[in-house]
Amino acid sequence: MNAKALLFALFLPLPAVAQGFAGLGAEADGFAYPQPGVALTFPQDHGAHPDYRIEWWYLTANMTGPDGTSYGLQWTLFRSALAPEPAEDQREGWQSPQLWMGHAAVTTPSAHYVAERLARGGIGQAGVTAAPFEAWIDDWQMAGPGLDDLQLTASGHDFAYDVRLTAQGPLVEHGQGGYSVKSGAGQASYYYSQPFYALTGELTLPEGRVPVTGTAWLDREWSSQPLAADQSGWDWFSLSFKDGARLMGFVLRGAQDFTAATWIAPDGTPTAFKDGAFQATALKLHRVAGRELPVSWNITLPEKGVAVTVQALNPKAWMEVSVPYWEGPVTVSGSHEGVGYLEMTGYGN
Amino acid sequence: MTRAIWAALLGHWRRNPLQLITLLAGLALGTALWSGVQAINAEARASYAAAAATLGEGQFASLAPSQGGSIAQSTYIALRRAGWLVSPVIEGRLRHGAQTVRIVGIEPLSAPSGIIPMPNGVAPDPLPFMSGAGQVFGRAEALAALPDTVTAQRVAVPEIAPNTVLTDIGLAQRLLNRAGEVDRLLVASDQPLTRRSLAEVAPGLSEVAPQAEADMARLTDSFHLNLTAFGLLSFAVGLFIVHGAIGLAFEQRRAMVRTLRALGVPLTRLIGLMAAELALLAIVAGALGVALGYAVAAALLPDVAASLRGLYGAEVSGSLSLRPAWWLSGLAIALGGTALAGGGALISLARMPLLASVQPQARARARRDPWLAALAVALLLLAGSLALWGHGLRAGFVMLGALLLGGALALPPLLGQFLRLAQSRAQGPVAQWFWADSRAQLPGLSLALMALLLAMAANVGVSTMVSSFRLTFTAFLDQRLAAELYVTAATPEHARAIEALGPPVRAVLPLMSVETEISGQPATLHGLHDDATYRDNWQFLRAVPQVWRAFAQGEGVLINEQLYRRAGLGLGDAIPIAPGLRLPVLGIYGDYGNPVGQVSLSEPLFRAAFPDVAPRRFGLRVPPDQLPSVRRHLVEERGIAPDAMIDQSGLKALSLTVFERTFAVTAALNVLTLAVAGFAMLMSLLTLAAMRLPQLAPVWALGLTRRSLAGLDLLRALVLAALTGVLALPLGLALAWALLAVVNVEAFGWRLPMYLFPADYARLTLLSLGAAGLAALWPAWQLSRMAPARLLGVFRNER
Repeated sequence: MNAKALLFALFLPLPAVAQGFAGLGAEADGFAYPQPGVALTFPQDHGAHPDYRIEWWYLTANMTGPDGTSYGLQWTLFRSALAPEPAEDQREGWQSPQLWMGHAAVTTPSAHYVAERLARGGIGQAGVTAAPFEAWIDDWQMAGPGLDDLQLTASGHDFAYDVRLTAQGPLVEHGQGGYSVKSGAGQASYYYSQPFYALTGELTLPEGRVPVTGTAWLDREWSSQPLAADQSGWDWFSLSFKDGARLMGFVLRGAQDFTAATWIAPDGTPTAFKDGAFQATALKLHRVAGRELPVSWNITLPEKGVAVTVQALNPKAWMEVSVPYWEGPVTVSGSHEGVGYLEMTGYGN
Repeated sequence: MTRAIWAALLGHWRRNPLQLITLLAGLALGTALWSGVQAINAEARASYAAAAATLGEGQFASLAPSQGGSIAQSTYIALRRAGWLVSPVIEGRLRHGAQTVRIVGIEPLSAPSGIIPMPNGVAPDPLPFMSGAGQVFGRAEALAALPDTVTAQRVAVPEIAPNTVLTDIGLAQRLLNRAGEVDRLLVASDQPLTRRSLAEVAPGLSEVAPQAEADMARLTDSFHLNLTAFGLLSFAVGLFIVHGAIGLAFEQRRAMVRTLRALGVPLTRLIGLMAAELALLAIVAGALGVALGYAVAAALLPDVAASLRGLYGAEVSGSLSLRPAWWLSGLAIALGGTALAGGGALISLARMPLLASVQPQARARARRDPWLAALAVALLLLAGSLALWGHGLRAGFVMLGALLLGGALALPPLLGQFLRLAQSRAQGPVAQWFWADSRAQLPGLSLALMALLLAMAANVGVSTMVSSFRLTFTAFLDQRLAAELYVTAATPEHARAIEALGPPVRAVLPLMSVETEISGQPATLHGLHDDATYRDNWQFLRAVPQVWRAFAQGEGVLINEQLYRRAGLGLGDAIPIAPGLRLPVLGIYGDYGNPVGQVSLSEPLFRAAFPDVAPRRFGLRVPPDQLPSVRRHLVEERGIAPDAMIDQSGLKALSLTVFERTFAVTAALNVLTLAVAGFAMLMSLLTLAAMRLPQLAPVWALGLTRRSLAGLDLLRALVLAALTGVLALPLGLALAWALLAVVNVEAFGWRLPMYLFPADYARLTLLSLGAAGLAALWPAWQLSRMAPARLLGVFRNER
């Protein structure tokens, strides 16, 4: 059944549909909408928000093995509600309108391993609890006493990983205290991150087990209609510099490109930048999965003196899942040195 | 020139329309029965395949409870969280009035691809399937049979198995009132690198490998075999007719062929055109036959479907769809049959010397008789040796073919011998002439008589087999359904309440089973409560002395015939029952309800070996007059649902109606094959009537009236039919034996005892005599009313 693709048209539909990537620009009557000036509360907001249409827990990590080889890993849990559901009155069993999707990947300089899981809500196969924190789908899980100390596991038919994440800095709220604007017309989402994880653990690859250490970055985001109808996809950067600073920046491609960025000082103090401050210019196109994708970029944020080149570790980091996209580790050079992750969606073939 | 040759060739049919009709009708009737049966079989097979695809049984391994019952939904979640990529399936029946519809619930997100049908090649949108009022997929008939309480959107999908609807597991659980339960878990072929062992996560489940062949197809094989045998025989009978008609036409056209060739027509062109002529006739007759076959199949299919559902629980669509493969094969077999029937005639024509005598050479056939007799003996010997030493289904079919063909070929020499004997014993001139004339007519009639022989033998054989099966199966039902009431407990409390029942319930027989594997064969282990019920009713094919005493003392086990044959086990052989427990075989019993091996062990032994298996089904022995009060007690006092009880008389009555339906099908096919044979007889007699005038005229001139001549003709037809019937009986019984003892064992794993039904055979013989008499009536009537001038004309211009 290829219904999965149809189903997750909800999550990530084809950009050709004038609904924006992932149906994120669709009308969403009955759902709650992000409002500016609402303070995020923790740990409650680590959990699910079933009254919002979509939500994700998105972890990426840059790692190195004992021989200095670079690796990347991704662990993502998406939630999508078919119908609005008040948080205090959720339906149990198969009648739950919540659907869950998990993506996991490991990227090496020469290979890219991907797995996907789908699950219905209401039956315990997938879900998120805020305290103690646990996010899971099937046997994949991200769990710990709190968000600052997590064990992360996932497996596919040709790879697996089991790593521990320890936060070395505070949570970071994007936009205005977590209210992150996504278009000129005012579409927005709630968005915060934990960009300061230290990682230790083990990857299981076809060639064997690899002990790894590195850094990881968790993105938390929920909304009901974060994109404008004309926005077809995005290029998203999360960069960790050697000096301890972090940079999150994105370009939402539409009739008029919309950019936003958060500069995160080494102590975790965020500075939000409005549309236009952050610029990303594609340098080199690479053909992957029948489409042309920019796998190296020039990134500038002049107000922070950032002028760097971002280069994919493996240009073939294509996520061949229900609705495919590109997601992979990058290296950063130029004004700042470092590593990071790049996500590109909405590139048609 | 070609046009002129065509005109000459076709002119023959215009002058002899009866021959043309014989040829077309024989071929069309043969093709009709053959393709009708094929259509029924194809429909049934398509239904089984759809059923297997709907449930994914043929493609995916599954997890099922080792000890029966259902799987808790929480076990599904536990397995998913342990890394197992499995998908839940729930099945059940929803009753609406007298009809039940099978509900299959699946989970579309985890279901392996290929489980959900794609109407018109388009994947259905899963959102309305999973959410809101939901959707049910099924054939229009199945959707229409759902009760009105099903508010889900009904989507017609013809690819789904008949009488089955597919829906989301959540909706299925609600409809079946089984929240939190699933029946099976399909195992995706691609599993993650790391997952915990099944024994650790769900010790009560075991993995069942995908079944290479759908069970249903195996189970119903013998039923379809019967139908196929009928179809094949009818076609053979049809071919005899065609062979006769072509042979006659070609003999009568020898003069024309000689003339044409003398006029300079090359032999190759002539043969080519005659072959084309036959091909054309075959296509016309084949098309007619296929159309007729469709009508036959459409008329019979509802009964066949009802039989299959009742006998095996197989869902077969009651409506017929036209499959190109089917009608093409019908045309192909008509063409092939014509080639077979006409090839000899074409070859002999090709070899005909240009100046040969053009007299139709009916007597020339007599010279072939010794050859045919030798061939018949060789074929019968082959059949006999295959019966003794042959192995496998193919050998069984070759044997059937050799037996029937040999029997048919042996008929003319045997009849010839008999007539010669009768002639030598005959007193008086009329009697002597009667037998001599019968002998003279034999070559012309022998094909029709062979057709009659085959039709009768097939009827005897197949009805013996079906009736034997019925007797065996009803005896088996009596043996197996010995308890008066069968109750399924929904909860452990219900089970305890049932086990505690006292008088008037005479005995409570817990039914417990475990799926296992013995000598590489899947098998079911049963715990058998030691009770007079079983001792009185079970019959053994083979058993040690005092088998029940030894069984009750736990000295060994009983196995069914399937396991005995497949695993090659004998009495006294030890079977592994559980770790550390091996027991010898004490007895072997017949089991006609399923194709799987079965082992029965005494209840104490079973409980000791499988302490975790709690009985959920029970047989209750109750005096019949107390049955209603016991039922009432169970419903009102114990809260057991009326649906959870089945009484034995109801089950048996149901099984018997199924057999009546099967009989209706068999009877219809019997009448049809006999009709074909009777038609062959009529055509032969009509052809002969014209040719025999030179022989009849002198007898008439000597003083026998037309009326008595006609009477003698009628008598002759009856005598020949009766003789054929006498020979058909042993042939039919041999056929029945072959079907029961050879083909069934090979196809199915059990041997059915053969019973004889003399009354049926007598009725059949009368029916055949009736058919022959009816066939002879018209030519005889024509003869009795023939103008004397025509008879006189014989002396005037000979021929």
